Amino acid sequence: MSGTLASLIDGVLVGCIYGLSAMGLSLIWGVMDVINLTHGAMIALGMFGMYLLFSAFTINAYVLLLPVIAAGFLFGVAVYWIAVHWVIGRPILLSLLSTFAVNMIIIGVGTAVWSTSPYNVNFNLPGVTMGRYTFTGNHIAAAIAAVVIALALQLFLYRTRLGKAIRAVAENREAAELMGISSAAVLTIAFGIGIALAAASGALVSTLFPFTILSGSAYELKSFVVTVLAGLGKPFGALVAGVLLGLLEGAVTPLIAVSWIPLIEFGLFVVVLVVFPRGIFGGATA
Amino acid sequence: MILRRPLFWLIVIVSVAFALLPMRGDDIVLREDLVLVAVAIILATNLNLMIGYTGYVNFGHIVFYGLGGYVGFYLVSVRSWPLVPAALAAGVAVSVFALLLGLGILRLRGAYFALATIGILVAVQAFVANFDPWGRSTGMYLDFTAYTRLGGAMRALWVDYLLVVAVMAFSLILSLGIKTSKFGLGLFAIRENEDAAVVLGVNATVFKSIVYSVSAFLPAVAGALMFYKNGMIDPFSAFEFLLSLEGIVMLMLGGQGSVVGAALGAGLYEQLRSFLLTSPQLSNFHLVIAGSLLLVVMLFAPGGLIGWVYRLLPRSRKVIE
Repeated sequence: MSGTLASLIDGVLVGCIYGLSAMGLSLIWGVMDVINLTHGAMIALGMFGMYLLFSAFTINAYVLLLPVIAAGFLFGVAVYWIAVHWVIGRPILLSLLSTFAVNMIIIGVGTAVWSTSPYNVNFNLPGVTMGRYTFTGNHIAAAIAAVVIALALQLFLYRTRLGKAIRAVAENREAAELMGISSAAVLTIAFGIGIALAAASGALVSTLFPFTILSGSAYELKSFVVTVLAGLGKPFGALVAGVLLGLLEGAVTPLIAVSWIPLIEFGLFVVVLVVFPRGIFGGATA
Repeated sequence: MILRRPLFWLIVIVSVAFALLPMRGDDIVLREDLVLVAVAIILATNLNLMIGYTGYVNFGHIVFYGLGGYVGFYLVSVRSWPLVPAALAAGVAVSVFALLLGLGILRLRGAYFALATIGILVAVQAFVANFDPWGRSTGMYLDFTAYTRLGGAMRALWVDYLLVVAVMAFSLILSLGIKTSKFGLGLFAIRENEDAAVVLGVNATVFKSIVYSVSAFLPAVAGALMFYKNGMIDPFSAFEFLLSLEGIVMLMLGGQGSVVGAALGAGLYEQLRSFLLTSPQLSNFHLVIAGSLLLVVMLFAPGGLIGWVYRLLPRSRKVIE
C-alpha cells in the first residue's frame, strides 16, 4: 500500500470529525442565522470534559462521549438564554459579538484553570495494520463515532416531530409559529444540539491528539471552511464537506510542508465564499 | 468646512497634549503608556470606518497593521530605507492590496463578509509564516544601525512616538472628515440599507472598496512605526486574532459610528487592559472581565458609552460626532 493512499485514508478518518464539528456550526447558522463564535471554546470544553471524565473513570473513552454530549446540550441551553436569545433577529454584529464575548469568558476561565499547557487522554485501542502502515484504533473508532452521531442527527431532523419542527423554523420562523410551533423552544433545542455536536467533536479529537484550552480555535476555523464549502445551514452537507477537507489535507501532506496547509485551506475558503456564496453543493436548503 | 467643527480643534488639542506631556521631564513610562493608547485609537478609529460607518464587520482588521509592519520592517532593515518613507510605502502597499482584495470580497454581505475576513487573516498569516524573504515563522530582527540613522536609539524612539501620535491625529481627522462628507453620507446609506442606497444612486461597490482600502492605510503606517520601535517582528505577534477582536470590543464599548466613541472606547479599554494585566490577582482573568464587559454592553447598551451620552444629553450630538 502506498504512502499517499495511507495519507488519504487518514485524512478521511480525521475529516469525519471535522464534518461532525461543522455540523454543529451549520445547524445553528441554518436555524437561527447566528454565527456561533463560541464554537471553538465549546470544542475545547469537549476536550477537557473528556479528559476529566476519563481521569475519573478510566473506562472506554468512547462510552464517555454520551455524558459529554448531554453536558454539552445543557450548557448550550444555558448559553442560549444568557447570550443568544436576546440578539436573534437583530443586526449580525450583535450576535457575532455576544457569542464572541461568551467565547472570551470561557477561554479566560479555562486558561486560569488549566493554563495553556498541553493535556492528553491516555486511551488506546488496538490499530489495524496494512503492509507498512498502521491506522490507530482511535482514529478508526473516532471516525465511526462521528459518522454514527451525524446519522443520528440526520434521522432526528427528518424522522421525528421535533426534528421537523426545527427544520420548519429554519425554513420560515413566522410560518412555523402560525402552525403552532414554539420557536423559542425550538431555537433553544437547536442551539443545545449545536453545542453538543461541538463538544462531541472536541471529545473525539482529544482521543487522537494532545490539546490545550486554545486548541478549539483551530477546529473552529476548519469548521468555518467546511460549513462554507457545504453551504451555510446544511448539516449533512457539512459532514461530506468535512470528509473532503480531510481528503485534501491527506492529499497535500505528503507533497508540501505542513505549515502551508492553512494558506491552501483558507485561500480556498475565501475563493469559495466569493465564487459560490451558497456552497458548492448548490442552493437547496437542508 | 472641517475647520469650523469644534471636534476638529479638540482632536488637535488632544494630539498636542499626547505629544507634549511625556516630553516634559523625559517621562518614558508615560510615553510607553500613551503609545499603546495611540495605537489602540488608530486601530479602533479606522475599524470604525468599516463597522460603524459602512456596517461591514471586519474581523481581520489587524491584517493591515501586521502587513504594514512587515513591509515597513523589510524596507528599513533589508533595503535600508529611512523610517518615514518606509512607513508611507507600507501604507500605500497595504492600501493597494486592500483595494484589490476588497473588489473581490466586498461582493459578500453581512456574515459572509465577516467570515471571509477571518479567512484572509489566517491565510495571510500562514503565507507570511512560510515566506522566506520575511524570515518565515521566526520573523526578522532590526539591526541597531537602523536607529543610529535617527540619532541613536533614545532619540529614534522619541521620533517614532511623535510619528505615531501624528498618525493618531490623522486617523481622527480622517474619520471626522469622512463623517461630514458626501462620501460619508453614502457609507451611512449603505449601512442602513444597501439596496435602497444603490437605487438612490450610491455606487456601493466603489464606495465600499474605497473605504476598505482607506481603513487599511493608517493602521499599516502605524504597524510599520510600532514594529520599528519593537525591533523585531514575527507572524504570530503581527497577525494576532485576539488583537483584531479587541479592536471590535473597543469600538462597541465606546460607541460604533462615532469618532469620539471609537477613540474613547480605545482609550478606556487600553487602560483597563493594562490595569488587569499588571494586577497580580486579576491578570488571569483579563479575558473573562473583557468578555463580560462586552456581553453586558451588547445586551444592555448596544450604542456604547456615546449612545448613553446621547440619550442623556441629546444636544451633545452637535459637538460629539
